[in-house]
Amino acid sequence: MNTDLGTISTLLVYGAMACYVVAMIAFAVDVSALGVGAKADRRRRAAGIGMSVIHLAAVVHLAAIVLRALAAGRVPWANMYEFTLMFTFFLVAVFLGIQRRKDVRYLGVGVAMLAFLALFLAISVLYVEADGVQPALQSYWLVIHVSVATLATGLFGFSALISVVQLLQGRRESCATDHPDPAIVPGAEGDGATDGDGGGAAGKAGHPGGGVATAPARTGTTVLNRVLQPLPAAADLERLAYRLNAVAFVAWTFVLVAGAIWAEHAWGRPWGWDPKETWSFVIWVIYAAYLHARVTTGWAAQKFAYFALVGFMALLANFYVVNIFFNSRHSYSGL
Amino acid sequence: MATYHPEGLKTAAEETLVEDRSSSKPPTPQGVSLGLKGWLRWMWRQLTSMRVALLLLLLLAGVALPGAFFPQRSVDPNAVAEYFQDHPDSAPVLDKLHLFDVFSSPWFSAVYLLLFISLIGCIVPRTLSHLKNLRARPPRVPRRFARFPVRTELRTAMPPEQVQQALAGTLGRRYRREWGTESVTTTAGRERTIRTLSAERGTGRETGNLIFHLALVGLLVVTAWGSLVHYRGQIVIVEGDTFVNSPVDYDSFDTGAWYDAEGMEPFRIRLDDFSSVFTELGDARDFTADVTLMRSDAPDREQTIQVNHPLETNSTRVYLSGNGYAPDVTVTDADGEVAFSGPVIFLPDDDIGYTSNGAIMVPDTSAGLDQLGLNGTLLPTAVITPGGQPVMSSYPELNDPVLVLNVYTGDLGLDDGIPQNLYTLDTTNLTEVPDPDDPSQPAQVLLRPGETAELPDGLGTITLNDIPRFAALDVRYDPSIPWMGVFAGIAIAALAASLFLPRRRLWARIIPGPGGTTVVTAAALARGDDPGLRAELDRVLAPLSIDQPADEQTKENL
Ligand code: HEM
Repeated sequence: MNTDLGTISTLLVYGAMACYVVAMIAFAVDVSALGVGAKADRRRRAAGIGMSVIHLAAVVHLAAIVLRALAAGRVPWANMYEFTLMFTFFLVAVFLGIQRRKDVRYLGVGVAMLAFLALFLAISVLYVEADGVQPALQSYWLVIHVSVATLATGLFGFSALISVVQLLQGRRESCATDHPDPAIVPGAEGDGATDGDGGGAAGKAGHPGGGVATAPARTGTTVLNRVLQPLPAAADLERLAYRLNAVAFVAWTFVLVAGAIWAEHAWGRPWGWDPKETWSFVIWVIYAAYLHARVTTGWAAQKFAYFALVGFMALLANFYVVNIFFNSRHSYSGL
Repeated sequence: MATYHPEGLKTAAEETLVEDRSSSKPPTPQGVSLGLKGWLRWMWRQLTSMRVALLLLLLLAGVALPGAFFPQRSVDPNAVAEYFQDHPDSAPVLDKLHLFDVFSSPWFSAVYLLLFISLIGCIVPRTLSHLKNLRARPPRVPRRFARFPVRTELRTAMPPEQVQQALAGTLGRRYRREWGTESVTTTAGRERTIRTLSAERGTGRETGNLIFHLALVGLLVVTAWGSLVHYRGQIVIVEGDTFVNSPVDYDSFDTGAWYDAEGMEPFRIRLDDFSSVFTELGDARDFTADVTLMRSDAPDREQTIQVNHPLETNSTRVYLSGNGYAPDVTVTDADGEVAFSGPVIFLPDDDIGYTSNGAIMVPDTSAGLDQLGLNGTLLPTAVITPGGQPVMSSYPELNDPVLVLNVYTGDLGLDDGIPQNLYTLDTTNLTEVPDPDDPSQPAQVLLRPGETAELPDGLGTITLNDIPRFAALDVRYDPSIPWMGVFAGIAIAALAASLFLPRRRLWARIIPGPGGTTVVTAAALARGDDPGLRAELDRVLAPLSIDQPADEQTKENL
């Protein structure tokens, strides 16, 4: 257990946190410029700065994780502190990955803030020295089960951010158009287009670029409305959130199955309704309900987002509350 | 609007095979004359509707949650007992509501059984129609492409036959397709034959979806089977001891309703050695039980059991679930007779130093003498105050072990048939022996390995011979476990297929144009969101692309 490397890793985490703060400010400046009347097609210097800084943050963050692994002599995701390092990294990585294909810089504020807050909590409350692990954790299932859990958490987190923007956007749209949610019925929309003049097509009319205005210019009255106006339509946001949630849901399913296999090896039963297992199951059911709600026609797109947000809340509770306050066999937090 | 159309059942303009299930009214206009059969059918329809499935899913999440908030008997019976002590008023009420057995409670079972009935009712008809649909032809070509957001119109120098060949090539094997012809009369009054293409891919999406749901049913069924036939025995054994895989040998033993006592695999296991590795700070790094597995039909096998590495016998797995110290003591009574000799399990607390508590019960004192009970603590690495008083243990290994005992006499209560906890002394009918030097204090006996101490009041002596280790082992027979793995694996693969396999339809018309050119119009449609649809259409049409948009004249020819 190399303490020097561990110390450097911790310093790098502080460095990454500083970068996230700077990136968050830059993204906030970019977004709020819209609120005070900047044109949607302006040069977005602040967003550019935000992107550069968040790239830097991701590199520093990754270095911190690698050094942590070297310091501990094992995979760096065996306690709550390390789990946080990993899922915040995946959160940022998902953001950067998607940004390559479509403009999602308007989510940068949220991503940087979430990453910063989680890291802050990790380093101030959850921190433990880099060290080996207890026998129950000495298994290659630690490598598989927990890493996919961090990935799923990062994905769900990013989707949750999109869902928040979607809800705000949806409210603005329904106010602006005087009739309720833009009728999108995602599950059926492909065929819906065949049957008639596709309600789904209207939602699809958005341009792929997120920073470009998709809705016809409307009188944005409040600052928030002006910020939201050039962002993608709620229906587009909903679709993006859905795709990520679907990936995350498969990952989460895998986490449950891998966890059960591991529990079978370590504790002699695949499933025992330990508090952690119960919560994970509940989260899975909530997201399954989300996916079903989405294919059940007659539901407005707005509502799916609430399901997803409730699911993400449960996910956070599963991590922060169950690990610390519940008496669970999963108390691997090291606290 | 509220109709649920299962994927794969619809083609461009076809009938709906699954009725509107979401209306909350019974299906006939005169609800009164519905009759029992009608009502049953209506209830079945409701139960198998997506809306109710959704409700049941949410309900399942809701009814599972109390299991995370209240201690569960199946997980931690001691915590339940503690809850009863701390909340004597509310605990019995909660218990009536099954809140300490949530996952076997009638209401939890009701929700998941309804959910699975709903699921089967939903999935079986879908499977049948999907099977039919797999053999059906691709949907016919829609008359007008204009209403599809993803469409293309282009002119190519290839003749129609060549276009058809090229498209067949790019479609590849994934698409089911049907070529056809249409006759049209142009504005100029000429008769033309147009080739048409209808192609479809992605039935795997629906297949995956169905398999996923069926795999969940499979998972439930094998789990139920496993809990019926399983058995699990738990035993604590000290180094050198042997146990037999038989209900009588286990400290605790539970079975499912279909457990077959005859079928228990005959084997014995001896714990040869137990070793552990701790860090300098006392964190556990490794526990290893060296055992010998003995069977009548095979030579003895030396094996190790570690926390993540259970021992496999032919039909069971043996898990290492705990460990600790078992001080080996010899007690002689007031007559000088050996009244007890052997190791006694001391259970470790959760502290870093493995402070362990246990009880030495000596019922077999010589005739006429009271029974003896010793209650005490083992400190593997004792921290001694300057006054000579051991206070705690600073390390889990036996660096300076001290056994600290209090002495009781009286009736141990072993003979009255009430089940006894072997690890704590029931002091109701016992009196604590006071310290001869200071009768206000209880007598305390301190022992290190190899030492013998006099018990106060001339009650006898006690010798600490040695401190061997014990291992707690769980033996589990559950043949359903590999099957659970199989169904879970199928479920994940099928889920990924159902969420990520694109389901696409492509149509094209190949129209002979003037001067040997050909005009191709094409449209694509996907089920659900499919950001790759445009690219897919472009890919299929790529070989034709000299990228000339159709000009006015050809348009007129359409
Ligand atoms: C144990 C409870 C259930 C679980 C965990 C579950 C889970 C899932 C999941 C993860 C999906 C994939 C989501 C998607 O394709 O968009 C799905 C799809 C679906 N489920 Fe379930 N499901 C359950 C019960 C049911 C029931 C009771 C029904 C019928 C009443 C049902 C009908 C469907 C249908 C029709 C789809 C496909 C949606 C589509 O066409 O894409 N499910 N389910």
